[in-house]
Amino acid sequence: MERFATLRSVAIPFPQENVDTDAIIRIERCTGTPKEELGRYAFEMARSDPAFVLNQPRYRGAAIMVCGTFFGTGSSREMAVWALAGMGIRCLIAPSFGQIFFGNCLQNGVLAITLSPAQVEALMRRAEEGAPFTVDLENQTINGEVGFGIGARAKRMLLEGLDELGLTLALEPKIAAFQAADRVRRPWIYDFTRS
Amino acid sequence: MAGRTLFDKVWDAHVVEDLGDGVQLLHVDRHLMHELSGVRGQKEIAARGLKMRNPELTLGTFDHVVSTVPGKRGGGNPGAERIIEYFRDASRKAGIALHDFGDDGQGIVHVVGPELGFTLPGVLLVCGDSHTCTHGALGALAWGIGTSELTHVLATQTIVQAKPKTMRARFDGRCAKGVGAKDMILALIGKLGTAGGVGYAVEYAGEAIRALDMEGRLTVCNLSIELGAKVGMVAPDEKTFAYVEGRRYAPAGANWTRALEHWQSLPTEAGAKFDVEHALDCGALAPQVTWGTSPEDVVSVDGVVPDTKPAALEYMALAAGKRIAGTRIDRVFIGSCTNARLPDLRSAAEVVKGHRVAPHVQAWVVPGSARVKREAEAEGLHEVFRAAGFEWRDPGCSMCVGANGELVEPEARCVSTSNRNFAGRQGPRARTHLASPATAAASAIAGEIADARRL
Repeated sequence: MERFATLRSVAIPFPQENVDTDAIIRIERCTGTPKEELGRYAFEMARSDPAFVLNQPRYRGAAIMVCGTFFGTGSSREMAVWALAGMGIRCLIAPSFGQIFFGNCLQNGVLAITLSPAQVEALMRRAEEGAPFTVDLENQTINGEVGFGIGARAKRMLLEGLDELGLTLALEPKIAAFQAADRVRRPWIYDFTRS
Repeated sequence: MAGRTLFDKVWDAHVVEDLGDGVQLLHVDRHLMHELSGVRGQKEIAARGLKMRNPELTLGTFDHVVSTVPGKRGGGNPGAERIIEYFRDASRKAGIALHDFGDDGQGIVHVVGPELGFTLPGVLLVCGDSHTCTHGALGALAWGIGTSELTHVLATQTIVQAKPKTMRARFDGRCAKGVGAKDMILALIGKLGTAGGVGYAVEYAGEAIRALDMEGRLTVCNLSIELGAKVGMVAPDEKTFAYVEGRRYAPAGANWTRALEHWQSLPTEAGAKFDVEHALDCGALAPQVTWGTSPEDVVSVDGVVPDTKPAALEYMALAAGKRIAGTRIDRVFIGSCTNARLPDLRSAAEVVKGHRVAPHVQAWVVPGSARVKREAEAEGLHEVFRAAGFEWRDPGCSMCVGANGELVEPEARCVSTSNRNFAGRQGPRARTHLASPATAAASAIAGEIADARRL
């Protein structure tokens, strides 16, 4: 996975609350559209409105989105993150996120930052003005002033572009040992009639 | 020492390795796959040159893209057919138990898992679908995962997860007649909001939860994700054990005895501390229905539309201050992983019996699984629905998510027993009102949102 480098771009203001993953990418695009083509279908239902924020030239090339409360609620479809990443988004800032969506972001090298509603509100105004943003993961700051929290493990994965599956495959002996002990402890988990 | 919670006991029994920073590697006892998310994972591990580590712990079936047209037994379109064929072929080659068309175990994963005894108390179960929280009703630790995590499970039989905080939601008292599981959980979501459960594993407890049958508990846990929580659980009890015993994949013989002993040790102990506690009085609860575009936009069926969300009201073409009952509707959908089990269909049929669907309403019943369909037909429920003018269809997710092309028309209004009323969820510009099977059935008859207790 691509390493997460310091981002410098305008930020898309997206104040709507409870934006669900159905709205980010329609279910029809999840059934066969190749991953690398999903970007053009992000927020497909809203795009027909010329005033929609993603249709505004000033936000073209943005790598950052400032979002309303509970962004990415709903369905587990990872295509929602693929669609956002496909349109160039590498960082989302919101007061809260849908939890499955939040996990999917990390899996795809997208930094999801949780801040207080007041902090997000201030950044939202800045984004609406079209001011440039800098997101520095190494120092955990936005625009050199707003600090944000992130787990040490998640930070390392993003900065080094690590792949979770690769890391776990290296733990195979631990998995095998767990199962061997567990088979004795809970045999019904492994030993059951199958049709 | 303070007592332990159900959640802590099940979580701790699955830790393979502590990865630090509050993150742990957990063993996955049971993995459910459906064709839509399953295919992406199957392709991904093939592309990486990896194999399934424990195919014997995985079960597959078809639900999302299948047509529910009676007798069709396939995809809703050519793209769906390709997904079905790939999933069938890859699943057979990998050696997972695949419940194909014609098998009792074909249907919505979250209906099929418990029904087959694949879901058990105390297991850690995942599936590439956000409503996997449903399985917590049996005392399983279960949540929905994305494609990357699904691929991780296929290759390693484990999942990496940060341990959530704990919440207990107590449902006190008893529901009145005509009020049930769907109303209970919608009321809680209305009270706490859809982000109320973010970061928590929820345990549902209290007299009203104990009084529910397993299917009702499945309905409650199903909407945990609509509360913002990935995990929702109910402590296993005698009802749970009676439900599981004798099912197709359930432990038998000496394994049953050992499993039962383990399961009886799982419930939360007295004195156990939760990070947060909530309570809801069910005695005063009326049937619930949503008015907006989020499951938290909920009101009693005898209540009025509030003025809190103008954009949602505009989308829904509703006026604030008006009674929600009496709103004219176009469609009724009784189905989905929330409410497509046998007791759901019985409760709808009881309302429908002897009545006719209003002439301007198109009403569907989509059973949750082939087994639900067979058992409902054995009781003659399909005849009750058909005689009233409902379509009686084949099992699948259908109009809850529309992945198979079964959609509500633009600007049409649908009373749906499903779980999401998001803008466009049931089709572009479709207007969804979430409700119980009884409310949906009564609304189909009345041609408008209706209180089943008054029919």
